[in-house]
Amino acid sequence: MAQDADKDVQEMVAQILAVRDRRDEAAFAALFVHFAPRVKGFLMRSGASEALAEDCAQDVMATVWNKAHLFDPSRASVATWIFTIARNRRIDAIRKARRPEPEDLDWGPEPEPDQAEVMALQQDSARLVDALEKLPEKQRRLIERAYYGDLTHSEIAEETGLPLGTIKSRIRLALEKLRHAMS
Amino acid sequence: MKIRHHLSDKLLMAYSAGALPEAFSLVVATHISLCDECRARLASYDAVGGAVLEDTPDVAMSSGSLAATMKLIRERAAADVGPSPRAPEPTALGMTETVLPAPVREYVGGDIDAVRWRPLGGGVRQAILPTAKDARVRLLHIPAGVAVPDHGHRGTELTQVLRGAFRDEHDRFGPGDIEIATEDTHHTPVAEPGEDCICLAATDAPLRFNALLPRIAQPFFRI
Ligand SMILES: [Zn+2]
Repeated sequence: MAQDADKDVQEMVAQILAVRDRRDEAAFAALFVHFAPRVKGFLMRSGASEALAEDCAQDVMATVWNKAHLFDPSRASVATWIFTIARNRRIDAIRKARRPEPEDLDWGPEPEPDQAEVMALQQDSARLVDALEKLPEKQRRLIERAYYGDLTHSEIAEETGLPLGTIKSRIRLALEKLRHAMS
Repeated sequence: MKIRHHLSDKLLMAYSAGALPEAFSLVVATHISLCDECRARLASYDAVGGAVLEDTPDVAMSSGSLAATMKLIRERAAADVGPSPRAPEPTALGMTETVLPAPVREYVGGDIDAVRWRPLGGGVRQAILPTAKDARVRLLHIPAGVAVPDHGHRGTELTQVLRGAFRDEHDRFGPGDIEIATEDTHHTPVAEPGEDCICLAATDAPLRFNALLPRIAQPFFRI
């Protein structure tokens, strides 16, 4: 698999941490160049007009800045984290609906995440992008349509064919360690 | 809490994609609040969303959009309109254990004492929570040993156990468990003896309790 993709995800993590820890505007600008046009495309595919998508994409990126302290590289890639912000904005601004969120886990005093774990999770995420690209066209389109909000819940299929096993167990491992540390 | 009945992949993906009616989202968020396994599975589905976003073709932002965003950030910082820090969870402070998980407490406006119950007969009580009307969600309080009111499964119905347990012909659902019933599910759930059962139940079919109330004399509970 592309080492470039690994390098890219690592670089994005470094950028968001620079925003989080140093309020680094140059790092933010780099994230903006990469993500804002994708978020705009994502929202337009979800049915937003170009003007609304532009406004919402700016709003999403402002939230990335404001909530950078909530980003945890041992739990999500930058793309995943920004996806959740964009999705919530879509539900709120386009569907005009409310989205109940799970109770936050009490993560306790921020332990510095284990670098090997961060690396593994970030690589898994990059591999998932790869796997998605390699799915048969029809299947990939269905998954994309689901995430663009184009399918109802009853239209979403049980089987996606995506290799979620590794990433799932990686996150579960992190959760278990955390619970262990808290008990 | 040993959870045996979990969310389906389909529900997790739909929640991650933002495709669920609000009432179903509330049940899914409640289960995840109680279940680390499903929390981890949800994180995987969110990662799929991240991959989709990464693969989404760009649409150029307007010129000056970065400057406009920085301006937005500064305005927000000045007005400090960001969400105020949440009050610490009572449980985190080592106070008494809450019955309702945080997402449900938000809809109730407090814990179990704040629920405005309405009697359904037979000692069963319900409280419908305010959500968008494409699906409905309610809290049910079923006394120990009493059958869950039959309401027919005309759509999908999710029943999340918060306290106590119920049993049907096939299985047992204890604290933290979720039952996912479809139109084809025919069963007679009964709250276990010993402890009253409190559930959060959502359906995308219209509730029929109200229509049945005037005819309460007819067999309402299948015991
Ligand atoms: Zn579960």
